[in-house]
Amino acid sequence: MFTNAGTSSFTSFLSRVAPEMLPGRRPLPPGMAADLAPHATTIVAISATGGVVLAGDRRATMGNLIAQRDIEKVHPADAYSLVGIAGTAGIGIELMRLFQVELEHYEKIEGAMLSLDGKANRLAAMIRGNLGAAMQGLAVVPLFAGFDLAARDPARAGRIFSFDVTGGPYEETGYDAIGSGSLFAKSALKKRYRAGLSIDDATRLAVEALYDAADDDTATGGPDLTRRIYPVVMTATAEGTHRLTEAETATIAEAVVAGRMENPGG
Amino acid sequence: MAMQFYASPEQIMRDRSELARKGIARGRSAVVLSYTGGVLFVAENLSSALHKVSEIYDRIGFAAVGRYNEFENLRRAGVRMADLNGLSYDRRDVTGRALANAFAQTLGAIFTEQSKPFEVEICVAQVGATADEDELYRLTYDGSVNDEPGRMAMGGQAEAITGVLKSEHRPDMSLSEAVRVASKALSSVGGEGGAARTIAPNQLEVAVLDRNRVGRTFRRITGAALTALLEGDAAGDAAPADGRAATPTVPTEEAHKPTTSAGSADLEGQPQEKPEA
Repeated sequence: MFTNAGTSSFTSFLSRVAPEMLPGRRPLPPGMAADLAPHATTIVAISATGGVVLAGDRRATMGNLIAQRDIEKVHPADAYSLVGIAGTAGIGIELMRLFQVELEHYEKIEGAMLSLDGKANRLAAMIRGNLGAAMQGLAVVPLFAGFDLAARDPARAGRIFSFDVTGGPYEETGYDAIGSGSLFAKSALKKRYRAGLSIDDATRLAVEALYDAADDDTATGGPDLTRRIYPVVMTATAEGTHRLTEAETATIAEAVVAGRMENPGG
Repeated sequence: MAMQFYASPEQIMRDRSELARKGIARGRSAVVLSYTGGVLFVAENLSSALHKVSEIYDRIGFAAVGRYNEFENLRRAGVRMADLNGLSYDRRDVTGRALANAFAQTLGAIFTEQSKPFEVEICVAQVGATADEDELYRLTYDGSVNDEPGRMAMGGQAEAITGVLKSEHRPDMSLSEAVRVASKALSSVGGEGGAARTIAPNQLEVAVLDRNRVGRTFRRITGAALTALLEGDAAGDAAPADGRAATPTVPTEEAHKPTTSAGSADLEGQPQEKPEA
C-alpha cells in the first residue's frame, strides 16, 4: 500500500489506505453535537512589513465553563507559515496536525515546498472535508498566515487567509480575526491598524486586540497575570517562523494591562 | 508432447542476483558515515535535481544507488510510512529500524515474486545523541539487512571504497574531515586502470543529519558551503551549527527541471561491465 505511485498529497494517501484517520470521514450519529466538546476561541492575524503576526488567546470553553486555561491554538504549519484554529478544539487540533504533516510530506516527496497559495488551498480542501460534522455543530475554522517566498516585494510578503466551514480560502488585506471574540478584536484592529507596521508594533497590536476581545467576550481569555498565562504570539518572516518566548509575551501583555489601568478602553 | 523448460529455484535466484548485482555495480557509489556532529551522506551524482540522498523523517535519512525509478519508489514508500506512523503515534515513535524492516520486506518480496528484482542498494540512517548511538542499515536487492558500524559504502566497487573508509574514518571526525574522507574514498576508484581520480564538487551530493538540531535534522550542503568543506576551510565547519533550527529546506527551482533519469546518467561514459563489487 505504500509503494503505489499515487500523489504527493498525504491526505489523498490517507483517504486510500486509512480513511478513518481523516476527520471528515467518520460517520456521526444524527443530532446536534455542538455542546459536546470544548471550543477554542479568538485568533488574530496582522500583516506587517516583512512578515506576518498570528496570535491567539489561551482559553477553551464548554458552555459556561472554562475547559482549559492554557490551550495553545497557534502553531507553525511549516517553516514559513502559521495556522491558528477556532471552533471544536479536538477536531481543530487533529486537523492542524494533519495539515502540518500534509505540508511536510509534500516537501519531502517533491523536494520543494508548496507555494503559499497552494498551502491555503490544501487547508481549504481539508476544511471542506469536515462540512458534514460542521453542520452538526462540530465546526472548525482556521486562520492561516505565512511569509510568501515568491512575493515580488519582500515588505509585502506577509499574507493572511481566512476560511469558512465550506472551505475558502479568502485572502485578507492587513488584518483578520476568527472565533467568538473576533467581532471585538476586528473592531479594535479596524481603528488601530495602519499599513506598514513593524513586526514589533504588530505583535503589540495583536495582544491589544486579544485584550479587547477578552474584555467583551466571556469565551476569550485575557492575559492571566496571576497564573502567568499569556497569549501565544508567533511571527513568520524571511527567516522562518518564530514563537515569542514566554518572557517576551509577558512583557508585552504586562505593558498592555498597565496601559488599560490608565484607560480601560485602550 | 510439449516439454517445459525446468529451471531450479536455485538457478532462478542466482540469475536474479546476478542481474541485480550487475545493475548496481554499473552505477556510481555512495558513502554514509558518522561524524561528531551527526551522520554524513555523500553520493556521486551528476544530477542536482534527482537525488540519491534524501530526508525520510526527523532523524532519519535515506541514501540509495542503482536504478532511480526503483529506489525513488522505495523512498516515497518510506516517507509515507514514516508520516503515517508519526501521525498515528508520535514523532518519536518513528524509528530507522522499523523503516529498515519494512524496506527489507518489500525488497525481499519483490526479489522472490517478481520476474525482475530491484537493482538497488539502500541505506537507512538514523542519527542518535552520540556517534555510538547512530544506526546505519544497509539493505540489498534481495531484502537482506545489515547493521553497519558507523560507516558504509554501496554501489560500484563498494569494497575498494569501504577499504579506504575503514583505514581513514573515525567517528570523532569533524564535518570537514568527514567530507574529505568520503570524497577521497569515492574518488579512490574509477580512474584509468582502476586508479584514483578527482570528482568535482558539483558532482557530489552531500547532506547531513545534524545531531544537534531538534525536529527535522536533515540538511543538504551545496555550492560554496560544500566547496569550503572540501577545501578544509574551518569556517565551513561552523556553518551547520548556527541559524534558527526551524528552516529545513528552502524552495528551489528543482521542481521545474526536466526529468531525466539519474539512473541513466550513471551509465553514461561508463564501461558496460565492471567487476562485481
